[in-house]
Amino acid sequence: MKLNLKIWRQKNKHSKGKFEIYQVDANEHMSFLEMLDVLNEQLVAEKKEPVAFEHDCREGICGTCGMVINGRPHGLLQGTTTCQLHMRFFKDGDTIVIEPYKAKAFPVVKDLVVDRSSLDKIIQAGGFVSINTGQAQDANNIPIEKEISSKAFDAAACIGCGACVAACPNGAAMLFTSAKISHLGLLPQGAVETDRRVMRMVIQMDKEGFGSCSNIGACEVECPKEIKLTNIARMNRYYYKSAFASDN
Amino acid sequence: MKWIITFFKSSLGRKLIMALTGLFLIVFLMIHLTGNSLLLLNDEGEAFTGFVEFMEENPLIKITAYLLYLGFIIHILQGIVIYFTNRNAKGGTYAVKTTANASFFSKYMFWFGVMIFIFLTLHLINFWLGLKVTGEFGNEELYGKVVTAFHNPVYLVVYELGMIALFMHLRHGFHSAFQTLGWNHKKWTPLIKCLGNLYSIIVPLGFFIIPLYIYFFK
Repeated sequence: MKLNLKIWRQKNKHSKGKFEIYQVDANEHMSFLEMLDVLNEQLVAEKKEPVAFEHDCREGICGTCGMVINGRPHGLLQGTTTCQLHMRFFKDGDTIVIEPYKAKAFPVVKDLVVDRSSLDKIIQAGGFVSINTGQAQDANNIPIEKEISSKAFDAAACIGCGACVAACPNGAAMLFTSAKISHLGLLPQGAVETDRRVMRMVIQMDKEGFGSCSNIGACEVECPKEIKLTNIARMNRYYYKSAFASDN
Repeated sequence: MKWIITFFKSSLGRKLIMALTGLFLIVFLMIHLTGNSLLLLNDEGEAFTGFVEFMEENPLIKITAYLLYLGFIIHILQGIVIYFTNRNAKGGTYAVKTTANASFFSKYMFWFGVMIFIFLTLHLINFWLGLKVTGEFGNEELYGKVVTAFHNPVYLVVYELGMIALFMHLRHGFHSAFQTLGWNHKKWTPLIKCLGNLYSIIVPLGFFIIPLYIYFFK
């Protein structure tokens, strides 16, 4: 299949970028990243600068790959990362527009690569359990209701790719932050520190220059791990409790 | 006391203020509509004037009125602050615009708010200013003022546009306020959304019908 690619090229953080048009010959079994690999081999052979994009595991679990494909983070497919998006979802002769994530807190490093360390800083502010919780427990040693453990697990599925921020018209990182706060806060080992954690993480999130949630829900639609808006409501509850009812 | 300032300056604190003032204004709208519905009666405004007099003279309502002004002011100012903070955080728009991931009502919430604000300013100049501030007309004359105003086609159109904007604003605002309060629950959220959809249609529709009725039948 022959594709026209309209790709955002930007030398570095400070330079002004622009779209460049490329033609690439791909087949429908390729993943989106493999298609970009083909383009880059082509560019290298022509002694041109290859397109910079981030990738690591290429099996949809690391959260490294992420770009905006035809206006949608990770492309059109529900619950799928860019690396798991295959070219069979495109048609021969299609023009595909590829842009980097856009958010104030995600400055462009080069081409399609953005700096997402602001998300790391939110984690560093409190997204952890401070004590050593030991080995994995024997089954039923700590009783946790199935419903609760499922909720925690669903929230823990967040791979921190930043698609929620990229999709949000407010550039908010609330889905990410709330997923991290939920997955720790729902389980007994993490629940102890919830009050302190939510306060620190929310303050850090604001400090990094993320926007605030207006419950639009684009994040939920674009999230490759289908993290739910219920997590944001939970974060709000934890935050109000921390602000008004805790001693911190 | 530092914690209070930290709370209300944080993104989640600002959201809480928006939700609480929004819900307060939602309650106000119902009371306002109750009063307006008396305009539909064919009694030369007797019941309406009675309602106006009650609202103007009851001390409890007088105090609540000040709370209402405050509610409006906070909701508007906070909305503006949030809009600009968020616009700044967004970092630009994409070359390809998608409508696949967000509802029309939620995306343009701020602009519907601006439309309502423009309407509100006109609305206040027309009725509130003369009645409450300049004393240009008394309680018993308000009915006549309303009937005359709605016979002015320009005012009528502006009013009806305002009500359309109100519908769009409430359509997202109602259930959104509950989500912000943290009330997202398997059992309750579908109910809240249903209630929100009903409210956002019924209340603006009520306000919408009354001026038309006056224009054509009074």
